[in-house]
Amino acid sequence: MSTARAERTASLARVSLARLIDRAMSRRLADRLSELSFSVLGLFSLLLLLFIAAFIFKEAFPAFAELKLGLFGEEWYPSRGEYGILTMVVGSIAVTALALLIALPLSLGCAIYLSELATPRVYRFARPAVELLVGIPSVVYGLVGMVLLCPLIAKFGGGSGSSVLAAGVVLAVMILPTIATISEDSLRAVPRSYREAAFALGATHWQMIKSVLLPASRPGIVAAVVLGTGRAIGETMAMLMVIGNSPIFPKSLLEPARTLTGNIALEINYATGLHASVLFATGAVLFLLVMLINGIGYVLYRKGVGR
Amino acid sequence: MRISPQVEQKLAFVFIRGMGLIAITLPVFIAVYVLVEGLGAMNLAFFLTSPRGGISGEGGISSCIVATLWLLAMTMLVLTPLGIGAGVYLAEYAPDNRLTRLIRYGVELLAGIPSIVFGLFGFALFVIALRQGYSILAGSLTLAILLLPFLTRSTEEALRSVPRSFREAAFSLGATKWQTLRHVLFPAALPGILTGIILCLGGALAESAPLWVTMGGSHELPHSPLEPGRALAVHIFYLAMETRALDKALAAGAVLVALIVMLNFLARWISSAIRRAQWTPR
Repeated sequence: MSTARAERTASLARVSLARLIDRAMSRRLADRLSELSFSVLGLFSLLLLLFIAAFIFKEAFPAFAELKLGLFGEEWYPSRGEYGILTMVVGSIAVTALALLIALPLSLGCAIYLSELATPRVYRFARPAVELLVGIPSVVYGLVGMVLLCPLIAKFGGGSGSSVLAAGVVLAVMILPTIATISEDSLRAVPRSYREAAFALGATHWQMIKSVLLPASRPGIVAAVVLGTGRAIGETMAMLMVIGNSPIFPKSLLEPARTLTGNIALEINYATGLHASVLFATGAVLFLLVMLINGIGYVLYRKGVGR
Repeated sequence: MRISPQVEQKLAFVFIRGMGLIAITLPVFIAVYVLVEGLGAMNLAFFLTSPRGGISGEGGISSCIVATLWLLAMTMLVLTPLGIGAGVYLAEYAPDNRLTRLIRYGVELLAGIPSIVFGLFGFALFVIALRQGYSILAGSLTLAILLLPFLTRSTEEALRSVPRSFREAAFSLGATKWQTLRHVLFPAALPGILTGIILCLGGALAESAPLWVTMGGSHELPHSPLEPGRALAVHIFYLAMETRALDKALAAGAVLVALIVMLNFLARWISSAIRRAQWTPR
């Protein structure tokens, strides 16, 4: 080997070594940079979300401080300085309870039907159909409620048709797909061996569903119901369209009412001072209601897991 | 009298089938009803004229379509980097400690907060405090924050569902975390991430309450996102509540339902197409 050739090889090796180091440096640099930027983006987004919660409660504070328990009075007359939101709390809870009452048998029946009884051909059509309902905008539900349901209620029950009943039915249809699809998923997730053990003991199909599948999938079903309830209590536009929006205690299902969400939406754009703060307090109450629902769900969930 | 297990099963199954039948025909009925009734009031002029505004139900939806497009574009512009960034951070970079768990719990909680509460926040912050006034931008920022928990979670889940072996194979070849992320995890999680983005688009189209209180609802054609505007879903609300043009409201509803159904199909199609392309040997 000539010296010239050896020198050339050595220099080549030096160059490629330098290149490798270079590359390793830029690799490290890119790695560090990406970590930094994702962390900044991530923490910013997460802090933003926490900031919202803090903001709502901060704005609501004057209302809590000034009105104290008067906030939960029965009279809502902002022009006279009366800011009781009790009627709306009752309205929200009433429509949500009614919606759950209607939606629970329908959606659980639907979930059991889809996971246990439907033939594959029916299933391939039915599951996407139910999923479709999740994506339909709430204004469309409200509209269909206004066009079809309210006239029907007005005809048989009197009044304008805008009522707690109409709101409860519309809400039930809205939360049905959420509860049905998640419950079905958790029914399907029950291990095969559980079913087989039940059948081996001579259980009928229904006995197996009743005493094995339903208890075993209880955590998932609870989660589904919690999600549906949260959605129901937070619904705004569809409620505005079918509930009548009067801030009064509904004495029957056929009377109008107002929800907490509707109260915020109707009045925030012209509210100032204490009035605005009370609307933030309404938002804070909604916030707390959702947390309460989640908390109840969590307790039921843990109970289901423990068994 | 005790009924035999066979009879009990018959009764139970009749009940379950009945409930299933109602629960499944209901969505089909609602979608078909809106589409069929809506088609009646739909024509070319409906898409090409602005609504007249006020209590008149006259006119079409052209300015609402423009406002909705601005809204979707601005929302996604803000939402996508934040949501995907936060999802990647939580899945890949966040240390597994108390603070992270607390943050994750906070995000879960905020995902369940009613949308009008976000509207309240958006109104107070963007419209009033930052003096933007009612505008498409204020609506977009509000929507982006509203959808942020959802996109964060779906991105995180997509990344977490990539098999562990993929990651280990990349690391064993000496790849850095970023290289692994870029060349292995992102491609594998792409269907899930894209599905999340498309579902956010659908959510933005369907959302109305927070937009009603932040976008101003002007029926005129917006020339920039700094002007007020009326999203399609909000227009349906105006038509139904303030005019009595229920036929026009149904037509606008039909457009919205059709768009959302198409987005749903698109989401399914894209994720299966990407999976097919990735798993076909080249």
